[in-house]
Amino acid sequence: MSEYRGWIHQRQKELMQQWYARLDESARTGWPPAICLMISGNCVEVLEAFGIVPIYPEVNALQLAIRHQSLEPILAAEELGYATDNCAYVKADIGAYLMGVTPTGGKLPRPALVLCNFVGCNTYIKWFEHVAAFLEAPLYVLDVPFLRSEEPSPADVAYVVAQLHEVVRRIEEITGLRFDMDRFREAVRCSQQVEELWSRIKHLAQRVPSPFDAYFDAITLMGPLYVHRARPEGVEFFRLALAELEAKAARGEGVYDREDFRVVIEGPPPYPYFRAFRDMFARWRATAVASTYSTVGGIWEFGFRHDPEKPFETVALHMLAHNLTNRNYLQRYDQIRRYVQQWRADGVIIHFVKSCRLFSAGQGDMRDYFTKVLGVPTLYIESDLEDPRYFAEAQIRNRVDAFFEALGRHKRAIAV
Amino acid sequence: MDELLRRCEEIIRDVSFATVRRWKAEHPDGKAIAYFPVYAPVEVIAAAGMLPVGLHGAGDQLELQHADARFGSFICSIVKTTLELGLTGRLAPFDGLLFSSICDSARNLCFVLKRNFPQLYVDFLHLPHNAESASSREFLRSEYARLKAALERLAERRIEEESLREMIVRYNENRRVIRRLYEWRAEEPHRIRAWELYVLVRAGNFLPVEEHTALLREAQEGFARRQAKPRDSIRVLVESAFCEQPPLGLIRLLEEAGCYIVEEDFTLGRRWFSEDIPTDGDPLRALAESYLDRSVVSSVRHDGRRPRPRALIEKVRARRAQAVIFLIAKFCEPAYFDYVLFKRELEREGIPHLLLEFEEKMYTFERLQTEVETFVEALLFE
Repeated sequence: MSEYRGWIHQRQKELMQQWYARLDESARTGWPPAICLMISGNCVEVLEAFGIVPIYPEVNALQLAIRHQSLEPILAAEELGYATDNCAYVKADIGAYLMGVTPTGGKLPRPALVLCNFVGCNTYIKWFEHVAAFLEAPLYVLDVPFLRSEEPSPADVAYVVAQLHEVVRRIEEITGLRFDMDRFREAVRCSQQVEELWSRIKHLAQRVPSPFDAYFDAITLMGPLYVHRARPEGVEFFRLALAELEAKAARGEGVYDREDFRVVIEGPPPYPYFRAFRDMFARWRATAVASTYSTVGGIWEFGFRHDPEKPFETVALHMLAHNLTNRNYLQRYDQIRRYVQQWRADGVIIHFVKSCRLFSAGQGDMRDYFTKVLGVPTLYIESDLEDPRYFAEAQIRNRVDAFFEALGRHKRAIAV
Repeated sequence: MDELLRRCEEIIRDVSFATVRRWKAEHPDGKAIAYFPVYAPVEVIAAAGMLPVGLHGAGDQLELQHADARFGSFICSIVKTTLELGLTGRLAPFDGLLFSSICDSARNLCFVLKRNFPQLYVDFLHLPHNAESASSREFLRSEYARLKAALERLAERRIEEESLREMIVRYNENRRVIRRLYEWRAEEPHRIRAWELYVLVRAGNFLPVEEHTALLREAQEGFARRQAKPRDSIRVLVESAFCEQPPLGLIRLLEEAGCYIVEEDFTLGRRWFSEDIPTDGDPLRALAESYLDRSVVSSVRHDGRRPRPRALIEKVRARRAQAVIFLIAKFCEPAYFDYVLFKRELEREGIPHLLLEFEEKMYTFERLQTEVETFVEALLFE
């Protein structure tokens, strides 16, 4: 069973290579300057306003894992004192740095600034403290108040906006570059357009059959989303991606020759076994119609957009309220509930990953809520997103098979 | 003195929260707010006429029957025992639960509890990680104002500025006595045992502040009267047990194996401030500024002005410690991350260190005992 591979996959590879080439150039020539950022709810638009290239350690870590190169750096980091229970993304990233390994073999630049956009994930702070310490680079922690109520308060927004202005000043001091407000607005405008296109793509998955898999294929689209969101290349990519998927939807084509199951997937994928994991769902012709992992960088399918008329404020709002990691756990339950209802899913797959407590701590309670309170069939499986030592393939496959067998009976019973 | 220590030990072991129940019986309109480690602005809670109670898990007093299924593998014990306390009805004396931005597991626990106990006031405080930014002071003040308003609704009464100031005075006094005891212990570690100071300080988590200060004063007198002789021990700083607490047996074991514990970070929230909180001006602002500017360094907070590895070395020097023992709770990610940079810094400085992993429910320590004895012997006879 092989999934759809169109123009999108080829073009995303090129875009990722283009990004790595910029990083390599920065490492070799010192230009453009590079700044480390985290994926979740980031403020890449500010970097774009300076023409600075972002380094995303998470993308590097997942690229190592998907290329089966993560174990060695993880072991190197453990040798240094990291515990088996520390996030393996961090270990792979730090280990790779110590070993001089990069995902493409090209060079990674020393960051002019390590800019930690702290959006919920406490490990982000530790990770960037370590990056700054090992690379002897300056660190700024942009402290984003956690979303502890429905909406951020005016005080939350004011606090983030004040820090964004400090970040601008800090970058000016470090690089000698001047902040360009027009370029900032332009970057925010690109993000706004990408978000609109991405949101429309996500809504295509409400069709039956869905023209793409909103977990596995969404991950393919997420690379350009993070690396090129605030750039014209990003807008162009998502415009063409939407057109391609709309055409597919118009032809009534799904991910497989037949769509037997529609599921929502919660949690990051096991990158070291990405292919094997995908095949477990493909053999049941199960399509993910929505996923929480694809909203780590931002949640746009419910309407939020960056706004070039209010650039600082909307960058702040994005960081505060419109990405998965800075929203509270019950808001995630609600997000998944909306997916199940509006994207018409048959069940929920919860993938617990050992590395990421932000995602995983409490997922037993989440399962309790979906099965007992909402009566939604739910599968709970455990492995890791980066460390290949925690993937029990036969055991996971058995559980997936048993789940879909039961779900098939359940669907037939409902149909009768 | 023995009786006093026995009483404190009983208080901290008690998962039925008898002290809290008693206080509520004596204060029919009073409410109790439990807070999860590490720090909470207890003055605001107390000023609302409520009893702030510091939760630190359930030690070895509770077998998990429900919480394991809710939190799965690779999650620390204190998160699970806290939920278990709730699911077994033991949190009934409390009217509210307060959490803060210390780690990812604790944050999710806050919201899991909120779903399972909708009748409780459950809140999450965002304590800032950017002390370098002037805006963090104003932000934290507004966060405390939000907490104050929520407590006022719960208490159905206003929190007057005067009573807030009065509570700052009382807690300043309490912290001053604790600071004095810590300094004294570092001077004469043979006179004040680590486990004794630990139970005395932690008992304050369950008592009104005046009562706790009186209890500490009584202990001070007891220590002064005590005849104590120095032992053959090394001066050790214990680090990383700031949230889940090590079993009392493990603290005793360290001492029996030849350690004078001259500094630690047990129940750090009770010693959060390195000096008094100002009592003039706006009390909420004083609390917020003090959280950022008059406080200890901790693994659960980023402060760009004071990198933690350097702060650890300074603490070692200030207490004239010869070695550091890391007591890390199983699955405690903040502690395990910090360990990497701490280790690097200690090795640069040539300071010996030992890592021991524990769980609050541990009750046999043979393996740890051997490790500690070997470590101490190497230092005593080097």
